[in-house]
Amino acid sequence: MPEIKNYTLNFGPQHPAAHGVLRLVLEMDGEVIVRADPHIGLLHRGTEKLCESKPYNQNIGYMDRLDYVSMMCNEHAYVMAIEKLLGLEIPERAKYIRVMFDEITRILNHLMWIGTHALDVGAMTMFLYAFREREDLMDLYEAVSGARMHATYYRPGGVTRDLPDSMPQYQESRWRSKKEAKRLNQNRQGSMLDFTEDFTRRFPTYVDEYETLLTDNRIWKQRTVGIGVVSAERALQLGFTGPMLRGSGVEWDLRKKQPYEVYDQMDFDIPVGTEGDCYDRYLVRIEEMRQSNRIIIQCIDWLRKNPGIVLTDNHKVAAPRRELLKADMEGLIHHFKLFTEGYTLPEGEVYTSIEHPKGEFGIYLISDGCNKPYRLKIRAPGFAHLSSIHEMAQGHMLADVVAIIGTQDIVFGEIDR
Amino acid sequence: MSNSQQQLVDSLRGAFGDKLTSVSLKFNEVTVELSPDKLIDVTTELRDSDEFAFEQLIDLCGVDYSQFGQVEWQTNDASRAGFSRGVDPATSMGRLQFGDELESVTAEGRRFAAVYHLLSYRKNWRLRLRVYAADDDFPVVPTVTNVWNVADWYEREAFDLFGIHFSGHPDLRRILTDYGFVGHPFRKDFPLIGHVEMRYDPEKGRVIYEPVSIEPRVLVPKVKRDDHRYLSEQQDETQGDA
Repeated sequence: MPEIKNYTLNFGPQHPAAHGVLRLVLEMDGEVIVRADPHIGLLHRGTEKLCESKPYNQNIGYMDRLDYVSMMCNEHAYVMAIEKLLGLEIPERAKYIRVMFDEITRILNHLMWIGTHALDVGAMTMFLYAFREREDLMDLYEAVSGARMHATYYRPGGVTRDLPDSMPQYQESRWRSKKEAKRLNQNRQGSMLDFTEDFTRRFPTYVDEYETLLTDNRIWKQRTVGIGVVSAERALQLGFTGPMLRGSGVEWDLRKKQPYEVYDQMDFDIPVGTEGDCYDRYLVRIEEMRQSNRIIIQCIDWLRKNPGIVLTDNHKVAAPRRELLKADMEGLIHHFKLFTEGYTLPEGEVYTSIEHPKGEFGIYLISDGCNKPYRLKIRAPGFAHLSSIHEMAQGHMLADVVAIIGTQDIVFGEIDR
Repeated sequence: MSNSQQQLVDSLRGAFGDKLTSVSLKFNEVTVELSPDKLIDVTTELRDSDEFAFEQLIDLCGVDYSQFGQVEWQTNDASRAGFSRGVDPATSMGRLQFGDELESVTAEGRRFAAVYHLLSYRKNWRLRLRVYAADDDFPVVPTVTNVWNVADWYEREAFDLFGIHFSGHPDLRRILTDYGFVGHPFRKDFPLIGHVEMRYDPEKGRVIYEPVSIEPRVLVPKVKRDDHRYLSEQQDETQGDA
């Protein structure tokens, strides 16, 4: 009788289903996982340490690069921490803009998730569909900030600038005929809000399309139902947050329970799963996209009716308007001090968290009264989720590991930081 | 909200009393400080009792307080040579180089701390615990992996980045840094530019490590001002107007 031994399999870091740079050392018994040991840190850039050497406003850009598929949500938690220490009130319009962009970001993130998750499990079409919609949302990012991904749009005290009155247009080129460009520009004739509204009208039908492809799909169900089951009790022990926790049946959403900005005035529902498997988490996220769409519609409505300032006029933290510099000495000094030195925060420590698309994203900020953070800890939801992969994957087949990585919605920018 | 936070402070004082070194409520957040030997008792109680029900450990991180309040640019004082220009080498983390040493400004036993953020779903409470490690040269804090399983990776991270040892941890390996990394990079006396850099050596035919070649530089010196006093003044004014 030959001796049968477990063998070790190295999964990643260069594997398309490893969602970046995950190195997973798997101990296998045949095709069954006995032990999964993730090796992370291949994308470790020391963001928290870098932040300690930069003035507060220069760190906003680092936040974009943490979870690089939900950029503005990361910024949001960071600027909220600063505002909390300063006791800074932000204009009402900025709150609505932030909520709208948080929800746009949530859709952006969930589209990325569903595209790659389905692609890993074997449904190519989803990827193409999801990226078609992401294109429109990235155009919104571009319209407000000039950058399609790393926006640096939120500032302590509000947002950098108001929503633009026009959308960028497609140009005729060697690759795009005049007719084609005209067709693409059809819904870009009005303001940014018009384009967003057009998107919110189209988006529910897109979600229906995804659901016809996946929800009752036999292969999709075979690959996700009963895979990676986590009970509610275990989910709490393992530090799950966001859709991972709600998929296990715990009704918890910071937007409802500890509302920030204007979420308490929004009308939306929180989907909760029952089984805690990959399929439930899929359903939860699909429903979240629909709910985000509802929130965006409410924000558009409010923003149309209520013009106003979007950045605080407290020039100790936010730069004065450009034209003010030409005539006003005070404004010039504020501008100079803000851009050469930044502003200082009072001594103290705060923890702020937001309902990030992936879970609870928190910023723990310790200030010693200087113009740079003394310590900044980024609480990334993916870090806690990935640490549970051994428990979730144990006893499953190798192919199921891919489904579990997909359902955890892992992005290495935030895990490695 | 602040009412319920005050309620949490009162409950904590009532339930634990002398076990906690201090309980404070600042910025509407409750912070508890306690000594390492009481940590397991208190956290288990916090998790299991119906009064608190802190079923989740949201975050755990290390902090190095050794340079707390230190600045790179003195603005309150001038010497005979004039005002400080904020360019003194090796007085700050940003300008540290290989071999430079920084003095800790904190008292012994106040340098390294582990900070825990807890969340109670049932009560909708958040709580921060801070535990100082007694020995600066070999900081040890007991592990809470048996209280909350998620602490496993968080403690590995704090060990990796700060060198805080969590006694009783089942698998205290490095997690974020490279295989074979030396030192604890998030300590304040670790240079921002690091110690070594790596490149491929075509002669040896492998990747080699060398001392860093880049110069450390500080674009904006760290400075302490009491700017926020203007903020509070402004707030007072607006309140006065209303």
